Amino acid sequence: MLQALADGILTGAIIALGAIGLTLTMGILRFANFAHAELITWGAYMALAAVSLLGPLGGPIGPFSFGLPLILGTIAAMALTSVLALAIDGLVFRQLRGTSNHLTLVFASFGVSLLVRMLILLIFGGAATYYSNTLQIAIPVAPGLRLMPDQLFALGLAAVLVVALYLFLQHTRLGLSMRALAENPDLTRVNGVSTARVIRWTWIIGASLAAVAGVLYGLTVQLRPEVGFHLILPLFAAAILGGVGNIPGAVIGGMIVGLAESFAVFILPPGYKMAVPFLILLAVLYVRPTGLFAGTAGAAK
Amino acid sequence: MSDALLTVSGVVAGYRRDLPILHGISLEVHRGELVTIVGPNGAGKSTLIKAIAGLVPISEGRVELDGTDITSLATHKMGSASVAYVPQTDNVFTTLTIDENLRLGAAALPRSLAKDRIAQAYKRFPALRDHRDRKARVLSGGQRQLLAFARSLLTEPALLMLDEPSAGLSPAAVSEVFGHLTDLSKDGITILMVEQNVKAALAISDRTYVFAEGENRIDGPSGVLADDPDMKAIYFGGTKRSTHAASAG
Repeated sequence: MLQALADGILTGAIIALGAIGLTLTMGILRFANFAHAELITWGAYMALAAVSLLGPLGGPIGPFSFGLPLILGTIAAMALTSVLALAIDGLVFRQLRGTSNHLTLVFASFGVSLLVRMLILLIFGGAATYYSNTLQIAIPVAPGLRLMPDQLFALGLAAVLVVALYLFLQHTRLGLSMRALAENPDLTRVNGVSTARVIRWTWIIGASLAAVAGVLYGLTVQLRPEVGFHLILPLFAAAILGGVGNIPGAVIGGMIVGLAESFAVFILPPGYKMAVPFLILLAVLYVRPTGLFAGTAGAAK
Repeated sequence: MSDALLTVSGVVAGYRRDLPILHGISLEVHRGELVTIVGPNGAGKSTLIKAIAGLVPISEGRVELDGTDITSLATHKMGSASVAYVPQTDNVFTTLTIDENLRLGAAALPRSLAKDRIAQAYKRFPALRDHRDRKARVLSGGQRQLLAFARSLLTEPALLMLDEPSAGLSPAAVSEVFGHLTDLSKDGITILMVEQNVKAALAISDRTYVFAEGENRIDGPSGVLADDPDMKAIYFGGTKRSTHAASAG
């Protein structure tokens, strides 16, 4: 039971990191970006590429399975994923924004996600892989609960990033502009804010968090080209559960989806685990389509 | 007019290039004046203000502020060109606190200056200071209007443009809001506003323009226009005429 709780929180943290970027871009750019999940895969594989290049820089640190190469690789992955997100926006979404309806953008994002997934398949192949072959021994954290050091690291990093992002949104001018843009783009412009610049930073932040989510997934589960594809539904479930544009909502939404997936195995055959986020999404859209926390916290729309 | 702050000449504008809403509007606002635009629904009053603010594309004509061409300036650069605009609806960020609304309005200023200006705003509008950490959605219609004024004044604009500041307000709130407008005008702020509440607007403004069907039909000192029979003709059907009831200024 305790083990399921810990696993759920870990899955939830990874979903939350991805869902934050999704909820930000959905809130600010006002369309459902199905390509967001592919940024997670891209980030994971960019870190893998960096690790294979930087390998000689050092072995595992302490109890963890990774060392300096993966830490630097994660930073590189954040940068390279931001570049991809900005390129996609510049080449596809910006061309369609303003002149096309939302559905056109949504379908364009489907196309982009296929393209990115196939590109990864082409470069890295379809086989599952890992950042490191170092074997880890799970350490007992509490009675009935054993966690790997990497899993604890993933939880810690996710928590730090969520708190940092929250402080950024609350206390910086850029964060304030992002929240304002999510509510009312015209009024934000009238107040002298360059919305193009804010949109650029929204992509960079969303893509960077997606890259970290990808690395943490690769670190605690495994790397596969369809990582993003399998995360699309949980990400949307988390973002919509929390209310589009609502950062704390996306984090809580991610946790709910992660825990639900993890506890579902007690009542459902494991094969149905994938259906859990879908059921949550359906339930939310049916009962509270604006999300659980609409109009109560953060940058709710 | 030598002292014109804002000069609009022959402006043709609309959301779509092939469907202009304004068919050649010309007007002037002089330094320190409070000028009102009135006219029936669909006359293009709000469209003109949005076009000046850069939110509606201008296809012909020219907008000058203090001799500088601002016809096609991007909306987010209007602030540095000293033009502030308060939209009719959704003119505050309801998900942000009152303090955050003001901080956003001052985001283009250096930090220390922003702090001073926000302190000044609270001095002018003490009701806002009392609720500074609450979300703007808790404010009444009149208080929202004052917050929007306060926010747009932070950059000390040369020209303040208001789109129907009395819309949806109770009579008491209208007189409070208009009282503040009179004070702002007395302090030397140049104001161009669109109003549906013709009587109240004529009472506080220096000059008034009457729009109909995307053209300006009549203009003159508000006191003279208040008694003008043509005003009624415009309001009840808008016959085509271009007579000026009185020459400007």
